[in-house]
Amino acid sequence: MPSSRTTAIAAVAVSLLGLVTACGGGSSTTGGGGNSHAKTLTYWATNQGTSLDDDKAKLTPELQKFEQQTGIHVKLEVIPWDSILNRIMAATSSGQGPDVLNIGNTWSASLQATGALVQWDDATFAKIGGKSRFVDSALGSTGAPGKPPAAVPLYSMAYGLYYNKKEFAAAGISQPPATWDELIADGKKLTKNGQYGLAIEGANNSENAHHAFTFAKQHGGDFFDAQGNPTFTSDAVVAGVKQYIDLLGTNKIAAAGNAEYAQNQSVADLASGKAAMLLWQAAGGQLKTRGKNPADWGVAPVPVQSGTPGQGTNVDTMVAGINMAVFKNSGNLDGAYKFVKFMTSDAEQKTLCSEYGSIPPVKAAAADPVFNTPELTVLKNALATSAAPLPQVAKESQFEDLVGAAMKQLFADAAAGKPVTLESVKAKLQAAQQQMQG
Amino acid sequence: MTLATPRRAPGPEHPGSGRTRPGNRITRRIPDRVRRRGLPYLLLLPALGFELLIHLIPMLVGLVMSFKELTQFYIRNWRTAPWHGMANYRVAVDFNAPIGHALLHSFLVTCSFTLLAVGLSWLFGTAAAILMQDTFRGRGLLRALFLTPYALPVYASAITWAFMFQHDNGLVNHVLHDQMHVAGQSFWLIGDNSFIAVVVVSVWRNWPFAFLCVMAGLQNIPRELYEASSIDGAGIWQQIRRITMPSLRPVNQVLILVLFLWTFNDFSVPYILFGRSAPQQADLIAVHIYQSSFVTWNFGTGSAMSVLMLLFLLAVTAVYLLVTTPRRRHARA
Repeated sequence: MPSSRTTAIAAVAVSLLGLVTACGGGSSTTGGGGNSHAKTLTYWATNQGTSLDDDKAKLTPELQKFEQQTGIHVKLEVIPWDSILNRIMAATSSGQGPDVLNIGNTWSASLQATGALVQWDDATFAKIGGKSRFVDSALGSTGAPGKPPAAVPLYSMAYGLYYNKKEFAAAGISQPPATWDELIADGKKLTKNGQYGLAIEGANNSENAHHAFTFAKQHGGDFFDAQGNPTFTSDAVVAGVKQYIDLLGTNKIAAAGNAEYAQNQSVADLASGKAAMLLWQAAGGQLKTRGKNPADWGVAPVPVQSGTPGQGTNVDTMVAGINMAVFKNSGNLDGAYKFVKFMTSDAEQKTLCSEYGSIPPVKAAAADPVFNTPELTVLKNALATSAAPLPQVAKESQFEDLVGAAMKQLFADAAAGKPVTLESVKAKLQAAQQQMQG
Repeated sequence: MTLATPRRAPGPEHPGSGRTRPGNRITRRIPDRVRRRGLPYLLLLPALGFELLIHLIPMLVGLVMSFKELTQFYIRNWRTAPWHGMANYRVAVDFNAPIGHALLHSFLVTCSFTLLAVGLSWLFGTAAAILMQDTFRGRGLLRALFLTPYALPVYASAITWAFMFQHDNGLVNHVLHDQMHVAGQSFWLIGDNSFIAVVVVSVWRNWPFAFLCVMAGLQNIPRELYEASSIDGAGIWQQIRRITMPSLRPVNQVLILVLFLWTFNDFSVPYILFGRSAPQQADLIAVHIYQSSFVTWNFGTGSAMSVLMLLFLLAVTAVYLLVTTPRRRHARA
């Protein structure tokens, strides 16, 4: 009796297993896309505006324009940042995903390694007007060096120092700081009566990792060596990370509460006047929707250790931005290329980038006077002269999360008044590095 | 089930009478005993099928994944991922290396969290149920009120707690610091206090369930027992100790097991409170495993950790049931 039951269970299990593996097999092995649905496209957009609805409102008229031109209907889904990587991974493992999608440009090499995205060799680039249409710094952040890019630049951004002009004037500061020492001195003048010199998004892993990258660069360090192996514990990296944490810790020019900011509260603090400075990428649009008068805030290059921003140890921002990728399993590859061509066309670049307050990575569009506002001139200049791409290695996304999380813990220590030393920073970074290898 | 079968199963004529002869011949070939005993299992088959589909198969897939080197290079077609043997398990249990060490730390944090949260939930639930055993005006209203945390969607309640625990504008700091001046302006979502925060939210969410179960259990205790005992001179504590608790034993056995499994496995509450990278002090294992597999894109190691957690929970459950099931006690006695 029990034996017949086990046999039955086993039989059911085996047959169901067969069913499941059969289902799994169809989608993922084929790899090549086709043109099975030539009249529709699914597009995953990242959250660039102030909300998901804001993005929908901005993109929908453009998608309708595309439909009028080509007859292809684009189904738009705007995906929040905290879930997009998971969604992309689910799409990659199941083979069921969008046709075209936006990715953070720093993830290009990580996603390239999965093999799920179309490679943009010269022939593919020719379909959208050629590689030479794009700015070089933006192309530097589209995949591992020496391989065909995994994506096409869509929006470019850079970090700038946003500051409150009124609070600067009230504290008797005539111009924005150009070095970290000046920033700390100014920050101390501005920190009083519940107001703070600087706002920091201390619990946001990506923001933390981006700043860690710049600070490490300024100390002459890198998070990866030429072979792509992590070097998180080098003295330069440790010193750079500590310098950033110290802005909240020993220098106390940022509020302790910033250590738990992860939902853009730091932008809100700048807008409300609770903090006088903020390091952010293309914050203009957000400040505007938060009701901040454009005359009240200014933008300056991110400070350096000494001298003026440039290359080498005077890098002051990463090449930030959004890339557009085509999913290899797309059922409408031709339509996908047409859509990428449309979105990177001069006219659309001008419209979209001015809507979002970002800089077009397309040369012809970037030359338009619309992008000569004081804010964008500073950021454009930074991109052209003093920006460096984040490491284009397959484990980049892991780097952002692990180093960012380690810094979140360091900020928590600093905010609780615990000492943050070179040793404690090194220990946290060492743990992060060891997890990279796991 | 076994009691019901002899009455239900006599003769094939009920289920098979309308069938054609070959069918009958086949049924006749099956021994009568098997046919009679087999019916309940036949009826269970659809349920078993779904059980397999939604529980066992994903578990088996996870088990297979735990033996593979499943990183971002292979997720596109994970069946091509190379076999990794026991390497994922070795990494997970190598407590001197950082990954194993972090897992052990997370496991210990989770154990103490579970002990505290289950203990307090049970204590609050039982105390409230006993206090509300006698009828009084407004009892129904209070009962409904007590059950609301359990009825609220977990996201809504946990996110509200996350707002309340904020450092600058949170209600908790406002009450403790600004109003009552009993504590400094403390962090609850990062640093040392995060453990307290997650225990508080977990107890707040789970004690109504304990309350509900114990309340149901109390309905079955005859009032006469209490009356008789009070005539014999038993006080309220003696009554609770000698009558209420022994009578609640079967309820408590299931209740504590269920609470333990839920709390140990809880993903939503810590994830909503702390996000992907929880502070070390409150690094609960479910989120830790998620972090190890999804954030670092190493699904093989993540699966291995999940399998280890599953084995642990199975072992605890088995030992718990062995120790607490009364039938065994009687047999041994």
